[in-house]
Amino acid sequence: MESTLTAQNYSKSKSLIYALKQVAPIILGFLPVGFAYGVLARKTGISIDNTLLMSILVFAGSSQFIAVGLLAAGGSFISIVITTFIVNLRHMLMSAALAPYLKKWSKFGILCFGFQLTDETFALHSTRFAAGENSRRETYMINCIAQLAWVFGTGLGIISSTLITDVKPMGLDYALPVMFIALLVAQLKDRSHLLVALGAGVLSTALSLGGVNQWNVIIATLIGATAGVVLSWTRN
Amino acid sequence: MDQKLILLTIVGMMVVTYVPRFLPALALSSRNLPPVLTRWLSYVPSAVLSALLFPSLLIHEGALDFSFSNLFLWAAIPSFAVMFLTRSFFGTVATGMVVVAAVRYFIS
Repeated sequence: MESTLTAQNYSKSKSLIYALKQVAPIILGFLPVGFAYGVLARKTGISIDNTLLMSILVFAGSSQFIAVGLLAAGGSFISIVITTFIVNLRHMLMSAALAPYLKKWSKFGILCFGFQLTDETFALHSTRFAAGENSRRETYMINCIAQLAWVFGTGLGIISSTLITDVKPMGLDYALPVMFIALLVAQLKDRSHLLVALGAGVLSTALSLGGVNQWNVIIATLIGATAGVVLSWTRN
Repeated sequence: MDQKLILLTIVGMMVVTYVPRFLPALALSSRNLPPVLTRWLSYVPSAVLSALLFPSLLIHEGALDFSFSNLFLWAAIPSFAVMFLTRSFFGTVATGMVVVAAVRYFIS
């Protein structure tokens, strides 16, 4: 009995070490971005409770930044919720992309997994799952540690917000774009992915310049991924 | 600012964020996806990430900006380089933020 317990503890601590190793880059990315969000939210006049609660309940970097911006500009409940919905629609595609790997998971397990599905954890899990590593325990650990880092970063931002008068001299406003750069490079597996990325990026920019705001990301993604499939057909 | 209304907004944001995150996984996990769809889905991450990234680098104050004043665009070059060479997530984020902060400190 004692030996099995020890064995279990051993495998649990091994899982934790594996999860920490995998999630470390995300922690280091989430801390400064969460920090920037915490500072910006407090500067906008959102209460400490609500600033923290948004990181706990929503846990979506880009839409939290957008929501803070809209609240500062006097945006309404409806406009903020609809914008959040559109910006986060991209997670439908990520959720669908991971579905084949979740076949053996319970419905409740998928519900738990979905709550913490972000751009960053998606990028990590899609690589892990493709390599055949989809232990549920390690997956949950990675997700929980990632969100803890996000909430902790937010907390640090809240504490520091009274000391920081302007976020620009610290480069905090660049935290989100540079995080996307790192995630994007990690996704470029071959030339076709690079072409799809360039196409979708240019299209999204053109749509945005043409006045298609928020929807530009969804439209460019749908067209870009479809073009990728067509491209891979014509080559074979 | 009315904090109760903000709380309500946060709950609304939670609902519209959570549903797209779990619904496709729940609905599709019990089926075998056709290869074409799997292939299509494999392109989604690179497409969606650059669709988010490009406008934030290229558009400055509502217009395309390739001038030196568009700091976000030029800071992307060392950031991309660091990620390509080191594959370090933290190194990349740190590079981007330090470059932006340093240019602002020394030039403007």
